[in-house]
Amino acid sequence: MNLFKQDKTYGSVMSALAAVTLLIPLCNLIFPEDSALHFSAYSVSLIGKYLCFALLGLSLDMVWGYAGILVLGQGAFFALGGYAMGMYLMRQIGTRGVYGNAELPDFMVFLNWTELPWYWHGFGNFGFAMLMVLLAPGLLAFVFGWLAFRSRVTGVYLSIITQALTYALLLAFFRNEMGFGGNNGLTDFKDILGFNIQSDGVRTTLLFCTGLSLIGALLLCRWIVNSKLGRVVTAIRDQESRVRFLGYRVELFKLWVFVFAAMLAGLAGALYVPQVGIINPSEFSPLNSLEIVIWVAVGGRGTLYGAIIGAVLVNYAKTVLTGLMPDAWLFCLGGAFILVTLLLPDGIVGLLHRRIKPKDIEEALLGEPT
Amino acid sequence: MMSQILAPKGAASPQFHDFVDTRHGPILYLEDVSVSFDGFRALNHLSLYIDAGELRCLIGPNGAGKTTLMDVITGKTRPDSGEVFFGQTIDLLKLDEPAIAQAGICRKFQKPSVFDALTVFENLELALKTDKRTWPTLFSKLNGEQRDRIQEVMLLIGLAGLKNQPAGILSHGQKQWLEIGMLLMQEPKVMLVDEPIAGMTHQEVERTAELLLSLQGKHSIVVVEHDMEFVRSIARKVTVLHEGSVLTEGSMDEVQNDPRVIQVYLGG
Repeated sequence: MNLFKQDKTYGSVMSALAAVTLLIPLCNLIFPEDSALHFSAYSVSLIGKYLCFALLGLSLDMVWGYAGILVLGQGAFFALGGYAMGMYLMRQIGTRGVYGNAELPDFMVFLNWTELPWYWHGFGNFGFAMLMVLLAPGLLAFVFGWLAFRSRVTGVYLSIITQALTYALLLAFFRNEMGFGGNNGLTDFKDILGFNIQSDGVRTTLLFCTGLSLIGALLLCRWIVNSKLGRVVTAIRDQESRVRFLGYRVELFKLWVFVFAAMLAGLAGALYVPQVGIINPSEFSPLNSLEIVIWVAVGGRGTLYGAIIGAVLVNYAKTVLTGLMPDAWLFCLGGAFILVTLLLPDGIVGLLHRRIKPKDIEEALLGEPT
Repeated sequence: MMSQILAPKGAASPQFHDFVDTRHGPILYLEDVSVSFDGFRALNHLSLYIDAGELRCLIGPNGAGKTTLMDVITGKTRPDSGEVFFGQTIDLLKLDEPAIAQAGICRKFQKPSVFDALTVFENLELALKTDKRTWPTLFSKLNGEQRDRIQEVMLLIGLAGLKNQPAGILSHGQKQWLEIGMLLMQEPKVMLVDEPIAGMTHQEVERTAELLLSLQGKHSIVVVEHDMEFVRSIARKVTVLHEGSVLTEGSMDEVQNDPRVIQVYLGG
């Protein structure tokens, strides 16, 4: 614990995030397109996407790294947040759809629906949609977690159920009758808050908001893990039954962290959708959720910033490698996971710590005498 | 908010344990308790009464049911039949582990169970008797009085110098003490102490005996121990368990001279 409190890596990650959040939007807007300092619209959305993934990785680290709950369905909460945002963006299209129907999104007209399903009501309002971005994943996590934790389902069994949860949602959202655009999902977005979603201004603002959310989330998560609740949760991770005998309702603490992490993942999804321009059921695919686990494992779990480093690095590698040799990516990902598990159990952050360790250990062990 | 909605009936409020009714003497009543696992009778119509403020030692050969007894009292195992009361009024069979712990029955495990990743101070802080719901825990801050209390316990268990060390680096004996310290932080009415001196040096054993003796009166203490010399050094009253029920009770001398006990231990 003490090692992390004096950690300089945290400071570096924070500074890097602040720099990305401020400088990239500025460079995109100020410098002309032929300047070496200009960031293209493509790189702005790409970096925005990485930051969304970093936020998603951070959410998994809270629940896996600290509470010890290996969730293999974190992508489900991300996708739900994304759908909530997507529904708002669909309502913004108005009469500009292919069918020009002000009341119904194109896919509903195509399916010969005559009126908007009840659960689409209110999504024209940005505030309501943002509330649902947090509430929809939060509520699902609450109900699922309450049932699972109360029955004391743990370990591999819990991981498998979370995987089944995201797979079930994948199948459900594929169905046209669900009213979420089926296979194609939600796309062809035009505006966000009245501004053209394709414009440079909106893209850079979205990147800025994502960076800001990530910084805010990192600060909040750090505050939580350093609170007494954070220590209780760490204790639950290491010796669950002992914590019960200290008088804590273990299931409620797990539920608290699980719901919090789900909401954070929902926020990440909501920031992701306007930047990539689409949300479809493939976001629920179990493979996506497994990838999140790999980001966190590669970065180093239980450190918060490790998840951010891991998410950005793995996704950068994915961008580069899928461009160079698309077929090899999954092998590289699997290989990275095996290597990290075998050689770097604490991930990249663990490697950094190992290099600066002797001094830090000395400080932690000999410092602060009473 | 969440915890209020979800707290089951009977969940203890922080002041709960002050209402334990011990006017009739005993603080813990076990009557006709039976537990079986797959046909094996771990406890067999066992009845046991522990008086308020008493220091009681439980001995018995392996498989006599000592740990199962503690599991039943702390809510970990539900008996098949029988009654378990805390004072006159609190039915422990209706409460779960956290509620029983909050009511004031705390337990030290056979294998020292401290949180290795947390410091000595943090281990004690988690055990501290206070509001243990989620939101109050998130915003919890130690006040001066609570800090003093932690400091006091650290001095008592001889770990004040190791305040900021992770508990993982402590020796076996120090972990045992830390766990006893964690019990004290909970301000329990009843302390169940399972094999407190396993892995301790002679000096440590002596200090543990002193510590337990100094705590009787303020707390009711039930000690399970195999080391007869240690039991002799602390016990007023000893209960011998055999095959899931009470074989005999009495002073150490009485018990040691009881032919049934000799037969059980030496094999007749």
